[in-house]
Amino acid sequence: MSGVLALLGGPRSAALHLGLIAVLAVLQFVLAEYHHIAMSRILVLACFAIGFNIAFGYTGLLSLGHALFFGAGMYGAGLAAQFLAVAGPGAFLIGLAAAIATTLIAGAIALRTAGVSFMIVTLMFAQAGYLTVYYFGAYTRGDEGFVVDATMRTLFGLALNDATVRYWIALALFAVCLVGALAVARSGLGRVLVAIRENEERARMLGYDVYRYKLTALVISGAMAGAAGAAYGLLFGYVGASFASIQYSILPLLWVLMGGAGVVLGPFLGTLAMFYLIDLTSGVTTAYLLVVGLALIALILFFPKGILGTLREKLGARGASWLP
Amino acid sequence: MAALDAQATADAKAPVLLRTQGLTRRFGGLTAVDSVDFALPEGEIRALIGPNGAGKTTFVSLLSGRIRPSAGRVEFDGRDVTQLKAHARVARGIAYTFQITSIFKAMSARENVMLAAQRRLTQGLLGPSEERLRAEADAALARVGLGSRADEPAGALSYGHQRLLEVAMGLGLAPRLLILDEPTQGLSDEEIAAFIDLVRDIARQSTVLLIEHNMQVVMGLADRITVLDRGAILAEGPPDAIRADEAVQRAYLGG
Ligand SMILES: Nc1ncnc2c1ncn2[C@@H]1O[C@H](COP(=O)(O)OP(=O)(O)OP(=O)(O)O)[C@@H](O)[C@H]1O
Ligand SMILES: [Mg+2]
Repeated sequence: MSGVLALLGGPRSAALHLGLIAVLAVLQFVLAEYHHIAMSRILVLACFAIGFNIAFGYTGLLSLGHALFFGAGMYGAGLAAQFLAVAGPGAFLIGLAAAIATTLIAGAIALRTAGVSFMIVTLMFAQAGYLTVYYFGAYTRGDEGFVVDATMRTLFGLALNDATVRYWIALALFAVCLVGALAVARSGLGRVLVAIRENEERARMLGYDVYRYKLTALVISGAMAGAAGAAYGLLFGYVGASFASIQYSILPLLWVLMGGAGVVLGPFLGTLAMFYLIDLTSGVTTAYLLVVGLALIALILFFPKGILGTLREKLGARGASWLP
Repeated sequence: MAALDAQATADAKAPVLLRTQGLTRRFGGLTAVDSVDFALPEGEIRALIGPNGAGKTTFVSLLSGRIRPSAGRVEFDGRDVTQLKAHARVARGIAYTFQITSIFKAMSARENVMLAAQRRLTQGLLGPSEERLRAEADAALARVGLGSRADEPAGALSYGHQRLLEVAMGLGLAPRLLILDEPTQGLSDEEIAAFIDLVRDIARQSTVLLIEHNMQVVMGLADRITVLDRGAILAEGPPDAIRADEAVQRAYLGG
C-alpha cells in the first residue's frame, strides 16, 4: 500500500490525481453532448501532452518533432485497421509499436545533438514523416486522409463509435498515462532526468550515461504520443496528414507551456484550457488566433512557468507535495 | 633526481591506482598539459599545485574523462581507460568535484547527494529504496558538516557550503579515487580545519588527488606533492622537499 502511495507521489498527490480521474469519470454523466465529445478528445490529446512533458518538462529535451510519434501511432493503427483488417487492441498495439520504433530510431540520431540543433533535427525528422504520408498517398490518401472503417473500430466487442464507450476508453488511457507520468516523476529515473535537465555535465560526472537516459525519456515520451495518436485515429475514426504536420509538433509544446512544464498535471490543464480558449474565441471572432496569441503572451508574462508550475512555486514545499 | 628516487620507493610500497603516460592536451596553439607521466599509488593523499593556468584543472579533467586528450594514455587500476567516457570512468571509481561549483541548485542538498549514491547503488534496472538513499545521503552530508542543511535548496547555501556539498556528492559515489579541485575556496579558517580532518578520514577508504592553493592545507595533508608548471611536472616529492625546492620557489611559492 505504501508502495502504491509512493508511486503516486505521496498522499496529497495521490488524492489529487486519483480525485481528478474520479471527477472525470462522473463528469461524463453530466456533460452536454458537445462537451462530452470534446472531453473525450481532450483526454486523448492530453496523453500526447503528458508524453511531451516527459521529454520537455522533465528532461529538458525541446523536440519540435513530436507529430512524428503521434503520427506514427495514428497511421500504424489506422493502416493496420484499414488494410490488414486488424481491429481493436491489435491495431492500437501496432500503432504503439510503430511509434516506439520510430522514436528509437529518430531519437538515437537526434540525441547526438543538443539545444537548437536538436530542435532542428527533430523538426526535420517530423517533416520527413509528414512527406512520407504523401509519398504513400495511394494508401494514406495524403491530405484528404481516410475514414477508418466502422467494423474495425471495435474493442473486445465494444463499438468505438459509441460516445460512452469512447469516453471510458479515453479516460482509461488518460489514467494510465497520468499515473505512468507520476510514477516516472517520482522514481529514481525521474530524479536523474531532472538532474540532466538542470545540469547535464554534473549528471554525467556522477556517472550517469546521459545519452541513454535521454533516449529512455524520449522513448517513454514517444510511446505516450503514439498511444494518443493510435487511440485518436481509432476512437474518432479519421486518419489524415494534418495530424503529422508541424502544427501537431507545436501544439503539445503550447499545451505543456500553458499548463506547466515539469508538472504531471500541467499537460492536461494546458490541453483543456487551450481547447476551450480556441473553442470560445472562435465562436466570437474570426481573429481567434490573435486572441490565443495574446493569451500566450499574457501567460508568459504572468505565469512564466505555466499555470500549475507557477502555482506550485507559490505554494513552496506544500506545492511540491500536491503537484509533483 | 631525489624526487624520482622517492617515486620509485612509493611505487614499491603500494600498487599504482592511476598512471598517465605522455598525457597531452592542446587548446589551439596552447599546450595546457604537456606530455605528463604521472603515477599515483593507492591510498595516498597527493596534492597537485601550481600557478594559475598551470594546467591543473585540465590535467584532472583528462583523468576523469571530462575532456579528451590530444595524446597519451590514462590507466586506472591497471587498465587503460583512455577511451572510456566520463560516466564509465565514474562507474570504475574516479570521482571529480568541480572547481567551479556545479550542483543542482533547485534541488535540496540531500537530493544532490542522493543522486550520487543512486548511481552507485543502482544495479541494472533496480534502484535502491528511497530510505536507503536518504540514509546514505544524510550520512555523507553529516561527514562534511552539512547535516543540518539537508533540506535546504542547494542554491541557497553559502558559497563555502556549496563547495562542501560538492565534496559530499563525491563521498556519495564512494569512489576509489576522489579528485578535489580547490575544495577550500571560500571556506572560513574553522571550516578549513574541519576540512583537513575530513580529507584524512576520507583517505582511509579512498585515494585523494587534491588541487589546492592554500599551502596550510597542502602541507598539512599531502603525503606527496606534484608541482605543475606550464603543463609539465616541475617537481614531485614529499612536502618538505617541495618546500625546499628552488625551482618550485621561483615558479610558485613566490620566493
Ligand atoms: N576549454 C579551454 N579552451 C581553451 N583554453 C583553455 C581551456 N581550458 C583551459 N584552457 C587554458 O589552459 C590553461 C590551463 O588551464 P587550467 O584551467 O587547467 O589551469 P589551472 O592550473 O587549473 O588554473 P587555476 O589555478 O587558475 O585553476 C590556461 O591557460 C587556460 O586558459
Ligand atoms: Mg583550475
